[in-house]
Amino acid sequence: MDGVFTIAHLTLLEARRRRILLASMGCSLAFILLFAVALFVVSRSIAADGLGRRLPLLGLTLAALYVANVLTIITSALLAVDTLSGEIASGVIQTLASKPLRRAEIIAGKWIAFEIVIALYIGLTAGGVMVASWAVGGIIVPNLMQGLLLMLLGATVMLSVSIAVGTRLTTITTGIVAFGVYGIAFLGGWIEQIGTAMPSEPARLAARNIGTIASLLSPTDVLWRLAVFRMLPPAMRSLPTPFSSNYPPSAAMVAWAGGYVVVMLAVAFRQFSRRPL
Amino acid sequence: MQDCVIDARQVTKRFGTKVAVSDLSLSIGPGETFGFLGPNGAGKTTAIKILLGLIAPDGGGATVLGAPVGNRQARARVGFLPEHFRFHDCLTGRELLRFHGRLHGVRGPRLEARIDELLARVDLMDASDELLRTYSKGMLQRIGLAQALVNDPVLVFLDEPTSGLDPLGRLLVRDVIKELRAGGATVFLNSHLLGEVEATCDRVVFVKEGRSVREISLRNSPVDLEVELRLSDSSPAIIDGLARFGTGASHADGFVRLRVGSEESLPLIVKSLVDQGVGVYGLQSRRRSLEQLFLDIMGDDQRPG
Repeated sequence: MDGVFTIAHLTLLEARRRRILLASMGCSLAFILLFAVALFVVSRSIAADGLGRRLPLLGLTLAALYVANVLTIITSALLAVDTLSGEIASGVIQTLASKPLRRAEIIAGKWIAFEIVIALYIGLTAGGVMVASWAVGGIIVPNLMQGLLLMLLGATVMLSVSIAVGTRLTTITTGIVAFGVYGIAFLGGWIEQIGTAMPSEPARLAARNIGTIASLLSPTDVLWRLAVFRMLPPAMRSLPTPFSSNYPPSAAMVAWAGGYVVVMLAVAFRQFSRRPL
Repeated sequence: MQDCVIDARQVTKRFGTKVAVSDLSLSIGPGETFGFLGPNGAGKTTAIKILLGLIAPDGGGATVLGAPVGNRQARARVGFLPEHFRFHDCLTGRELLRFHGRLHGVRGPRLEARIDELLARVDLMDASDELLRTYSKGMLQRIGLAQALVNDPVLVFLDEPTSGLDPLGRLLVRDVIKELRAGGATVFLNSHLLGEVEATCDRVVFVKEGRSVREISLRNSPVDLEVELRLSDSSPAIIDGLARFGTGASHADGFVRLRVGSEESLPLIVKSLVDQGVGVYGLQSRRRSLEQLFLDIMGDDQRPG
């Protein structure tokens, strides 16, 4: 395990020195600031009390969380997209892989380091949105930790896909594939959302099936939808908002996503162990 | 101690249709400084990568330090400087050595002492806390050499270690190799600089198109001697008779020339000629440079790499 922690330490130090941490945290702060200002302005313009006041503020909060989730997914893919393919192309990996390490330890070390970066990013970005929402609008999102953990799991899926693909393909190709996989999830989610609002039952069923297949192929968006479902107060779950759904994703998708991550890492270990360096 | 530090048997590697290493067999003993020579694309780097477990061979097999290639316990005792050394350039020289030491399982005061020792040895103590991205090519090569030695290895692979170095840097590498040999380490050296190989290696193997084509000892006996004789009789029968002492016997410009493997052949040649009644008016022998040998062995079909 020593090797895993040394690689994780090296990866974190690299993220800090390359100002990856600084840039992501800086963008997060700017994002939270903008959200807080918007929420403040909207909050002051609403005269109503109760649900009439909470609904638009919660809607804004969820919109901000949606953007935070997309930013997290993008950051996860970008963090990992170059980590193996770039080091293989430059030859850096040769000095690491010739050390008395299993190649799986190199991948595990990088994965752990990026998980820490992503968790920090979610904590700051989504956590910042929550804090701003509470401080400015008095909104407290239910099941906050569950929501954040589901977002982290979605980002972990993306990170693991990026690492697995990066063991075989070049940096740019890895990026294209990783975002393509996210695109499947994204489109599938929207097909399901829009389809369920259709008047015809066969159309609704078809849309749900397409959405489920897309979610199985790429369980990133479904985890977001599950997170947002959990973070909506029960009374608001059936209201027509872009974030509510009559058909909430199955909680089994969490287990599926966990298995998906394990399979992606296993694929990465196997591919990387066999790859000529 | 193992009889063989590296024992490779009929190792073969193909990339698509291109044969990178073909039927390569090597046996390198402890404490030996071994030179691996060949033109660009001859398969030298691929062979090193196979021995380090970075590439799996398609055929044959090898042991390194008595264990199958890729064995982690064996790799802990191996140092490696890749050709075109690259590392995370956001680290300082000292951090680089610290990370590599830790990856070898070395830690604490022992590692810090080793780092100081190596930084002084490669003359980078002044720049040890500067980022690698500010290093010159020669400095990067020297810090790469230091990382190859951070675990105090018993076997060191150096792939073009003097690439990018000025004459002083080359001298430093040469001295480090001599120190490694004096300390009992085995050195596997890939280099295009034949003078450097000649000055440091005990034995060389020439590789052509992935195949070992010639092996020469540089320590126990001189490399091929070129012998030039002035004889009273240079008839074809006499020249044919000389063929048993060496190769390439020929007659031109009044001289008979041939190549022999060692100086021990010289009195035997003279005795044989005198016994046949041939007058020997002159005999000169000179060692052929590795460069001449290289060109002869590789042939005329090679193009600059």
